[in-house]
Amino acid sequence: MMRNYKNKILTVKGLSKFFGERCPECIDKTGPEYNTNQCPVCSTIVACADISFDVYEGEILGIVGESGSGKTTISRSLYFEEEASSGEMYLNNYDPALNIFELSLQKKRTLRNKMLGMVYQNPHQGLRLNFTAGGNIAEKILSGGHYHVGKIREKASYLLDRSEISVKRMDDFPKNFSGGMQQRVQIAKAIANDPEIVFMDEVSSGLDVSVQARVLDLIKQLQRDLNMTMLVVSHDLGVIRLLTDRTIVVKNGRIVEKGLTDQILEDPQHEYTQLLVNSLL
Amino acid sequence: MNKNFGEEKKFNFGFLDENSKREIRRKLLKAAALPGYQVPFASRELPIARGWGTGGLQITMSIIGEDDIIKVIDQGSDDVVNAVNLRNLIARTTGVETTLKTEEATIIQTRHRIPEKNMTSDQILVLQVPYPEPLRRVEPSEEISRQMHAEKDYSLAWLDLYERVVKWGEITIGSQYPVMVNGRYIMSPSPIPRWDIPKLNNADTLYLFGAGREKRIYAVPPYTDVKPLEFEDYHFRVENFDGKRCLFCGSTDSYLDEVYDSESGEKYYVCSDSAYCRERIKNDEEL
Amino acid sequence: MGYVAVRGGSKAVENAEKLVEYFRIKGESSLLDIEAVKDQFRLGIDKIMSEGSLYDRDLAAAALKQSEGDKIEASFLLRAFRATKPRAYYSTIEKTNEMRILRRISAAFKDVPGGQILGPTRDYTTRLIDYKLFNEDREAVNKFKEEFLEEINNKSEDELESRPEFPKVIDLLKEEGLLIHNDEKKKQIKPDTDITRDGLDFPASRSAALQVMARGETGGMITLAYSTMRGYGNIHPVLGELRVGYLPLKINHPEKDEEVVLGEVLVTEAEVISQEFSDNEDQDMPVFTVGYGICFGHNEEKAIAMAVLDRSMAADSSDAPAEDQEFVLSHIDGIEAAGFTAHWKLPHYVTFQSVLDRIRKSQAEGRVKDE
Repeated sequence: MMRNYKNKILTVKGLSKFFGERCPECIDKTGPEYNTNQCPVCSTIVACADISFDVYEGEILGIVGESGSGKTTISRSLYFEEEASSGEMYLNNYDPALNIFELSLQKKRTLRNKMLGMVYQNPHQGLRLNFTAGGNIAEKILSGGHYHVGKIREKASYLLDRSEISVKRMDDFPKNFSGGMQQRVQIAKAIANDPEIVFMDEVSSGLDVSVQARVLDLIKQLQRDLNMTMLVVSHDLGVIRLLTDRTIVVKNGRIVEKGLTDQILEDPQHEYTQLLVNSLL
Repeated sequence: MNKNFGEEKKFNFGFLDENSKREIRRKLLKAAALPGYQVPFASRELPIARGWGTGGLQITMSIIGEDDIIKVIDQGSDDVVNAVNLRNLIARTTGVETTLKTEEATIIQTRHRIPEKNMTSDQILVLQVPYPEPLRRVEPSEEISRQMHAEKDYSLAWLDLYERVVKWGEITIGSQYPVMVNGRYIMSPSPIPRWDIPKLNNADTLYLFGAGREKRIYAVPPYTDVKPLEFEDYHFRVENFDGKRCLFCGSTDSYLDEVYDSESGEKYYVCSDSAYCRERIKNDEEL
Repeated sequence: MGYVAVRGGSKAVENAEKLVEYFRIKGESSLLDIEAVKDQFRLGIDKIMSEGSLYDRDLAAAALKQSEGDKIEASFLLRAFRATKPRAYYSTIEKTNEMRILRRISAAFKDVPGGQILGPTRDYTTRLIDYKLFNEDREAVNKFKEEFLEEINNKSEDELESRPEFPKVIDLLKEEGLLIHNDEKKKQIKPDTDITRDGLDFPASRSAALQVMARGETGGMITLAYSTMRGYGNIHPVLGELRVGYLPLKINHPEKDEEVVLGEVLVTEAEVISQEFSDNEDQDMPVFTVGYGICFGHNEEKAIAMAVLDRSMAADSSDAPAEDQEFVLSHIDGIEAAGFTAHWKLPHYVTFQSVLDRIRKSQAEGRVKDE
């Protein structure tokens, strides 16, 4: 499948997130050179600062880093789970000139329901365990403003099937499913509205290695078949290697390197990236 | 001891003090400006218990004037015990005229029904509400449900309806059916039957809703869009009274109460709206 | 005919009220004097004032008599009366060190400056029914009173005049740096709202939460506090100090620049020290946290429960019901809880009819499918 690098789906400029009072030294005295996220002057945590990147149609972009690197803050800010302290976000197919961070809560919610998808590390965050598997997928479709039961059920059926879950389990409750199956329901739910971009936040981290492989394979397959655009956040370079086309490496809330995944793995430039790659089994 | 307990204490007009009434009126204005939005208010205690109509009563007491004529109904009837009690309380603390005839009243306070007869733009209907929050059924936390309203994020409410259809083949909600008001807020119409929901849409009259215990006021101003939530393939449906009629007036197009005769044990049907029924009987007799 | 009988609404209500009045006075006993109710049901009156949220002994006594001893019904009467009163003033902030002490104990230390003053308490009595009360002798009572007062008056002038100082136990701990300082700043009880005028929003400020609890129903609050002590939560309380006494009621003079003392109110105050370590990042060392409770009248269990709940609601987690602020504050008002519980007695046949309609339809369709 030809990837059209001319079509940008998502543009992020200068995304920053602070926890604390902030002072003029915060940015200068934190980051990979200082090996800390915390400002020595005012104790503010700089979860991430000055993050800028684009995501193109049909590609999978990876963000890799260890805990505290800011990678999860980035995806959470883009999905409006957190409010960015500053920065800009643009969805090309919505309005290339409108900074989405400045929209009202209501508009953000509508946009998120219609155009974005998220798969969480913990299925408890992404699924309503007191509703059926089909119901969970239906919720996403309903949130996009579609109110035809028959059609919703049909689509939910189709998505469950694509996610390798027996349609017979549609009216069962995910709380009785295995971890891997729960993730697959999450994936089905996240793509139910044909979103512009799907965020994946450590989706395989909580799973057994063998189960991980199946979930990752599914993601790859879906992405290929449906030409989906994805942002994959992970601490695991193995996952990054398997799934992503391009990668961003973050440390202490800053981008230290970005480029084609193959190149980064082959020839890492920044010393931190080298460290990561060398520890890759 | 200076207290003279012998004398009946004199009440302020409408029982509540003027400041309380003023706050409530202001909140009512805000509610009318935001159709379907629940406005919080510092609900006062009244001489009737919480849960028994203090919200509706506070609204009535705040808007009532000397020239108003009040009617009170409960389950549609003005001669049941609770309606009588409330009517007496209002009359005692205001001295206004009371009536049993729908068309004569300027203010009607009601529990769980809207009168069968179309109300005019000179009348106000005050509804008593036990559960103002339509999302409470699916979301127990007030903080979260308020956020949902703020973000117009109603997917959970729709999900609840969807799951009912999947399970039972229809939207199995009896009364308190959720409605979308002015295309913006999902609202609970109070425990009125589905039968009464269509009366809310594009009405001539002003509807005011009071929840005393939960401390919320909301409103549907005249000529507002009020649509029950439904699916394209599973529609909203009112109660079915096919083959049934009122034993007294013969009506086949009013909401009927099912009654077991206290002596014979036989089942029969009777108009829930007692004034409507009486008028039909009277008209019949005149013919 | 059934329909006609239903029309008897007003008459039925009238008769019901007559019946209630009859039940109240049908016995042969002498009618209760309000003064007697006030004097001899002291603690009941205190509870009613606290839950009715109105400090008036006479009205509380009348309410207790009128409701035939039903505490929640009596509190309801007081609240309804209170609702007719305009808010005239707000009292100035009280320092409870100024309390005229009746009783003062601390479980945290064996002895404290000012001493452990037991005051009037039944805590150490053996709970045996006193059969003398069936035939209380006026003479014996008078004699006891006489002798007791003589005992007091026989103390020397010095003993009578010397009233010890009662510094707050909490202050002793603060001086040692054992209490969270930030806790003070962030959670200082600033009267930032009046829940009877402004309504209650969630999350509620500490001031709002304390106001709700101050008028909360004792039983409901004890239940929730008890749950945290038993493990549904993490509070392991130690009673730092319990005080029962009279607080001066002061307001700022509306025109002159001075404070005016209007009188005294009897209150019970509890400060509970919680043995949880604060996870405040600014503290290098573990410290204690404090829960605060206060209410009208002499009502120790309520004040202690209030202090425990004050602490549990401030906890970071909200897994246990008593840690969920919304849960606690929404359900402890006696007038609301009892009123709504009672409201199920109102007719609900219209809504029931609606549900019958649904179920009948679903069943009918079910039968059709089977056929």
